[in-house]
Amino acid sequence: MTGILTALILLSSSGLICGALLAVASVFMSTEKDEREVAIRAALPGVNCGACGYGTCDGYAAALASDNTVKTNLCIPGADSVAEKLSQLTGAPFESVVERIAYVKCGGGCSQTVRKYQYEGCSTCAAANMLYGGIWECEWACQGFGDCVLACPEEAISIVDGMARINTRKCTGCGICVSVCPKGIIEMFDDSSRVIVTCSNHDKGAAARKKCKKSCIACRRCEKACPTDAIKVEDNLARINYELCTGCGECAKVCPTGCIEYSDFRGVHNINKM
Amino acid sequence: MIKTLTIIFVSSILVDNYVLTRFLGICPFLGVSRKLDQAVGMGVSVIFVMLCATAVTWPIQIFILDKLGLGYLQTLVFILVIAALVQFVEITLKKFLPSLHSALGVYLPLITTNCIVLGVAINNITDGYNFLESIVSSLGVGIGFLFAMVLFSGVRTRLENTGVPETFRGLPITLVAASIVSLSFYGFAGVIEGMLS
Repeated sequence: MTGILTALILLSSSGLICGALLAVASVFMSTEKDEREVAIRAALPGVNCGACGYGTCDGYAAALASDNTVKTNLCIPGADSVAEKLSQLTGAPFESVVERIAYVKCGGGCSQTVRKYQYEGCSTCAAANMLYGGIWECEWACQGFGDCVLACPEEAISIVDGMARINTRKCTGCGICVSVCPKGIIEMFDDSSRVIVTCSNHDKGAAARKKCKKSCIACRRCEKACPTDAIKVEDNLARINYELCTGCGECAKVCPTGCIEYSDFRGVHNINKM
Repeated sequence: MIKTLTIIFVSSILVDNYVLTRFLGICPFLGVSRKLDQAVGMGVSVIFVMLCATAVTWPIQIFILDKLGLGYLQTLVFILVIAALVQFVEITLKKFLPSLHSALGVYLPLITTNCIVLGVAINNITDGYNFLESIVSSLGVGIGFLFAMVLFSGVRTRLENTGVPETFRGLPITLVAASIVSLSFYGFAGVIEGMLS
């Protein structure tokens, strides 16, 4: 009888002690959750894309709540409407968000690029990329298995002719596709851009041309055609300095391979302002 | 003294690896080993919790349960104490070391009463270790767990990029891979005797 009693007493008292300890701890050690932070977090879209540079929406909310110098216009998927709410909550002056879009810097596709080998493996870009640098001769080519298509929360990407094409009209600029592309050929552009070089090949002209009909062959005709010196060929690839670019489209007209695309790339946030 | 501690330490990492030879803690081993950073986070948390748990349960067993002749309540009391302890540690970390809490926070509640934590606490008693030996053995088991997690996360990354037959996809192939990794760990049997003889 006493055995059961001591067991009962021991067990219930240890339970009581543990419970009391936790109760005391939760009172004394409680951390106050900043109400402003909660409100800010609620205003953010919650995509956790990391475009703001704080990793997650929680991280950005914490930074905004604790530091007044953090800018309110860093949330790109949220765009102006979120920036407005954030500046109301933090009391910081409203600044317009520079809307951005993602674009694939490859114009290849089945009809333009040469296949390196017949691939029968797992159909993801990441897997194909691990086998001799991908299925195309050009090692900078879009693999076209659509890792980015699966990752895109807006369904803005589709595979056309064996390569990923981004419908910028649906793009919110979260940049998730940029991080999943094993080739690293998706880049973010300001959506005010009018020209984009859709090639990432750094080979010398002749070698690049052999691999793909739509590659940049570093002929420098765009350099000569540009009235503001905004486009420069560096490391056998044309690069546009968007600070100087006026969007006149002269470079796209003279490009012999057609790898410079001249278009209206406005994303989902600015599409209604047309 | 040092020799005994070394034997306990090394053997609990390699020869008696709790995950791969005793099959304890399989749940986190399969659950959070998909990515390397998560595997490391989980492993470090387990080391931490095991050390705390052993430091508390060993005195309870020796000074309370054994004295009162209530050894049969071991499992019950240990679970109760470890669960409360982990909660307490979590609250304390949140208050005083927020950076450590944000690193370990997700994993702490997951391992509250994981069988590997309870297993170490109980085995330390049944193996008749003294306090220092128990601490060293839990540290070794924890490092062994981390070791197994890191190894296995590498295996899984490779697995994800292979064409697994449809019937095996997901958990089945992971279990097959785990059994092969565990087989390879039997190669360590006898290493300790050879090393210190």
